[in-house]
Amino acid sequence: MPTPHPELTTEQIEALGRELDELRNRVVASLGERDAEYIRRVIRAQRGLEVGGRALLEVGWLPPAWLAGVTALSLSKILDNMEIGHNVMHGQYDWMKDPALDSKRFEWDTACPGDQWRHSHNYMHHTHTNVLGLDRDIGYGVLRMSEDQSWRPRDLGNPVYAALLALLFEWGVAVHDLEVERIQAGEISLGDKGDVLRAVWRKGRRQVLKDYLLFPLLAGPGAPFTLTGNLTANVARNLWSFMIIFCGHFPEGTHEFSLEEVEGETRGGWYLRQMLGSANLTGGSLFHLLSGNLSHQIEHHLFPDIPAHRYAEIALEVREICERYRLPYNAGPLRKQFGSVVRKIFKLALPGSGDSGQDAELTAATGLAEPVAAAA
Amino acid sequence: MPSFPARRLLRSSLIDALVGPHGIDSYLELIRPALTVHDARASVQAVRRQTTRSVTLTLRPNAAFQGFRAGQFVRVGVEIDGVRRTRTYSPACSERAEFLELTVTAHPDGLVSRWLRERLAPGAIVHLSQASGSFALPDPRPERLALISGGSGITPVLSMLRTLCEEGFDGELAFVHYAQTRADWLYRLEVEAVAARHRGIRVAYVATREGDGHASPESLRQLIGDLDGATAMVCGPPSLIDGVSAFWPGGLRSETFTPPSLKLALAGERPTAGTIRFQRSGLTAAIASGSLLEQAEIAGLSPEFGCRMGICHTCTCRKTAGAVRDLRTGEVSDEEDEDIQLCVSVPVGDVALEI
Repeated sequence: MPTPHPELTTEQIEALGRELDELRNRVVASLGERDAEYIRRVIRAQRGLEVGGRALLEVGWLPPAWLAGVTALSLSKILDNMEIGHNVMHGQYDWMKDPALDSKRFEWDTACPGDQWRHSHNYMHHTHTNVLGLDRDIGYGVLRMSEDQSWRPRDLGNPVYAALLALLFEWGVAVHDLEVERIQAGEISLGDKGDVLRAVWRKGRRQVLKDYLLFPLLAGPGAPFTLTGNLTANVARNLWSFMIIFCGHFPEGTHEFSLEEVEGETRGGWYLRQMLGSANLTGGSLFHLLSGNLSHQIEHHLFPDIPAHRYAEIALEVREICERYRLPYNAGPLRKQFGSVVRKIFKLALPGSGDSGQDAELTAATGLAEPVAAAA
Repeated sequence: MPSFPARRLLRSSLIDALVGPHGIDSYLELIRPALTVHDARASVQAVRRQTTRSVTLTLRPNAAFQGFRAGQFVRVGVEIDGVRRTRTYSPACSERAEFLELTVTAHPDGLVSRWLRERLAPGAIVHLSQASGSFALPDPRPERLALISGGSGITPVLSMLRTLCEEGFDGELAFVHYAQTRADWLYRLEVEAVAARHRGIRVAYVATREGDGHASPESLRQLIGDLDGATAMVCGPPSLIDGVSAFWPGGLRSETFTPPSLKLALAGERPTAGTIRFQRSGLTAAIASGSLLEQAEIAGLSPEFGCRMGICHTCTCRKTAGAVRDLRTGEVSDEEDEDIQLCVSVPVGDVALEI
């Protein structure tokens, strides 16, 4: 197996690690009131949109109220899941010692129980990012997202599975920890996952009760409008988060790693893998906010527990470091990045996208190291 | 403050189902921070500086606060530069008072106590825990009581004095307060005014560094008469408690407060000796090399963990006492009751963990 970037020596990788550690320490030392005020402002906005959206959907039989209510509730759920939930659960605000922002206890407005997310995402995905066989976020056990995953006839359905996953994303994420692919392979039984199932049932039931029973019932005869409004908001959030998340590691140019490559990996090597395995989205500040700053996926993967609104500042330094070490910095607008993800989903539905194709892509990826491409 | 039926509705399971998963308080607090129905909070009504080193706060607790018994303490949380800092204080007011009164002595290195004295202003919101602590007046009340305090330990015994007076206590009561200098005496006028209004109360204020000396059987007898048969309630530094309990002939209850931990001037210094207490499992271990996660595992525990490199926060656990150094930043933290990441923390001296 090739080493990810043979042009970097072990010493260079360690120096890279030290630079990034130093950058992290500098940001951590500067955390304070500004960051506390920021996250509380986002929470205030989210709660406002939520209360407003729910109130409007109680009179959802008025078409303008339905439309405005769906918009507000969708935005509320997106903010809740992305900029607040995902980031708080990473421990980005643990330093505030505010029990309401405690990563261990936080729950979000989605079907996935916080505890499962903390395990499958914070630990599994962030530690083993893009390592085939370890990072279960590569295809979520359903999709074929890498040429190195061997093709099976069922992969012909790749685009269909992807569309279903996008529509039902909160439920896909909720059952992610079931490890269905291992159950199918007979490695574990469904019974081994009893705790996971029970937790999903408990959390999912509450979500369903709230969105599809209680709030519609409160609307009396307007119940169907409230119900469809809530459903639409949930689906809108699902599609949006699917799109953002799939742009994090699957666009063209992101690198995957084999188990052999990461054996004995140092902290510097881990940093390098995060940089090569992640891709950014370019856009305005509202776009960054609604993506939960996952548009700064590279910075997020380098420093998952630093408040995400800092990534934009950090990105300037990370880009500079990438240029100096001649490393790719994969960034592009949503249209381009998601377009390449969709192409990949279709392409990998078919067999025959073999090793030669991968080599060609890798060369293309390295080409992105040019500053012009990085500034795209 | 919402009325009682409104509060009951807001605390109901229907409301909880509608506002899940965040809970009703996270919406109510946006209307007014102290409007919460689960979280105990208080608004600052008045800030008074009795002495050059202390500050007395009058707090109006919200309805979520369930009150306290004279002598108990509450944990008070304030946010300083984005970080919630929590400290333990015993109210000085009567347990029947509508407002909580706290008196805090500011220490030169005390981050929170100095902030409270210099920065806290009326109108601010503070977080409260429910009251706890077993240092409280015995039931039924003894006929003869001595309330003895040192320094800022005056607050719980003053609460006892005020509560007893409100109850119409008709026994014999002595109130003795020790401080280093006259300038440090707390509540002297108030206590003397209370004594003047009630029969059978003797009051003595002692300045230990100005020739009055420390607590001894002779001096206490001189101040409060016969000690036999009197129950002592003592609060102050360990030296005062040890001193009084050595000769006190009758019943004695006491509470000490940990003096503000010295700022750990440990630039680059390696952890030396000490023990790690794993409180939940009841194990202790001498400090060895390696992260706290590794040391816990060597001690036979199996705490939850994930990445083992400080990323995933799976091994985060409550540190109840002691100081630790973050292996990444080198920063030493000695906050009481804070959450730390075991895999990137090493102990600096004795540490207690909730695992």
